[in-house]
Amino acid sequence: MYPARFRYEAPRTVDEAIDLLRAGGGEAKILAGGQSLIPLLKLRFASPELLVDINEVRGLDYLRADPDGTIRIGALCRHATIERSPIVAAQPTMAAAAPLIADPIVRNRGTLVGSLCHADPQGDWSAVVTALGGHVVAQGPRGRRTIDISQFVTGPFETALAMDELAVEAVVPAPRGTAAGGYLKLERRVGDFATAGAAVAVELAGGVVVRAGIALTGVGPATIDASDAAAVLVGSPLTAKTIAEAAALAGQAAQPRTDHRGSADYKRHVVTTFVERILRRIPQTEESAA
Amino acid sequence: MTSLFEEITGDADSSVPVRRVTITVNGQPRTADVEPRLLLAHLLRQGLRLTGTHTGCDTTNCGACTVLLDGAPVKSCTVLAVQADGHDVTTVEGLGTPGELDPIQEGFKQEHGLQCGFCTPGMMLTTKALLEENPDPTEDEVRWALGGNLCRCTGYQNIVKSVLWAAAKRRGEVPPAEGSTS
Repeated sequence: MYPARFRYEAPRTVDEAIDLLRAGGGEAKILAGGQSLIPLLKLRFASPELLVDINEVRGLDYLRADPDGTIRIGALCRHATIERSPIVAAQPTMAAAAPLIADPIVRNRGTLVGSLCHADPQGDWSAVVTALGGHVVAQGPRGRRTIDISQFVTGPFETALAMDELAVEAVVPAPRGTAAGGYLKLERRVGDFATAGAAVAVELAGGVVVRAGIALTGVGPATIDASDAAAVLVGSPLTAKTIAEAAALAGQAAQPRTDHRGSADYKRHVVTTFVERILRRIPQTEESAA
Repeated sequence: MTSLFEEITGDADSSVPVRRVTITVNGQPRTADVEPRLLLAHLLRQGLRLTGTHTGCDTTNCGACTVLLDGAPVKSCTVLAVQADGHDVTTVEGLGTPGELDPIQEGFKQEHGLQCGFCTPGMMLTTKALLEENPDPTEDEVRWALGGNLCRCTGYQNIVKSVLWAAAKRRGEVPPAEGSTS
């Protein structure tokens, strides 16, 4: 399979990339890891006139933590880097998701920021960053702006990026307490898209949940922010009761469709089970939830 | 020099933007004029006649086309040839020679890690990257590392054994005798 013809540019700086995007006038597409875009080009689901390959731009492959614990992931930071990062090892929701992205070979090439920009309802990182309350930093001709993850994805495969903006960084804010949580994904085999997935992030201070986020993968037309489910956890310790409530509400928030991966009822059940399982595994709940 | 766009598109169209790339393939600099849409897998197979890199699914699933790009396994059907410009690529032809097999190739031979052989080049290159990073992997780590390479013949058992055999050989240990592994 060959992609349709396109022009190709490999800029060396972010500013050059933005100039090319602007000149492309909406017919240009950014190429980062390419693990979603190149298959789409081959299938001719996408046929941009111009590909702006940012792989030669220096200084975008970082993964770093600010002194306050904010995690910053550059546009060229590969999944494999995230998987091996000691910074991410201390962030349980990201650490759980990183080894479940696609397969090991794809992880050498694909990027977290690219995954967010691809805005596939089946994308794992989108759920993780949503649960963590993260945001995307976009850079364009008028400078930089911050887009909350809840505003970033505007539809399936659609984002709030203007045609001349490049997503340069994803940001996960510092936890207000001890970060806990996880990510669970049901897949038929390694590399398959999620039948259903759940990202859970809670922050605990003095045994009390001070922040919670729950987001769902593959069970709706976009990543689902199960904020009602997360809200019942905040303000009290994790108990069997709050866990069960959150899990049930997460199941209600899911909008699964019956397809070759399973029935809608089944997927909803998986969501409920996953949310409960992640919350029950958080150490302090061992006594209270038993 | 290889002009590859002609083979793919029939008569060369003067309006087609062609780029000259130089890629170090198995240690040798190779130069080609390519259309940007040419995939690395096709440059290797058709342009450079290195047909050890197999194209299986063509949809980023199977891993048969795996090569090493600057030492890391990538699916060469999902990398543009222009993206490899200035970089190092290792294909199965760069592993060993018929007279002097790489320990990984020897392992696949000793432990019968292949049947039809279609997935084998990709399996071996993923193995190479694994063993460079982790010379003494557990069986679990081997299975995890090979998660992106599909095999439809072996059921993977002998592939895992082959990798463990190669790892032992590379460490200078005496690998298990042929057929003696549990």
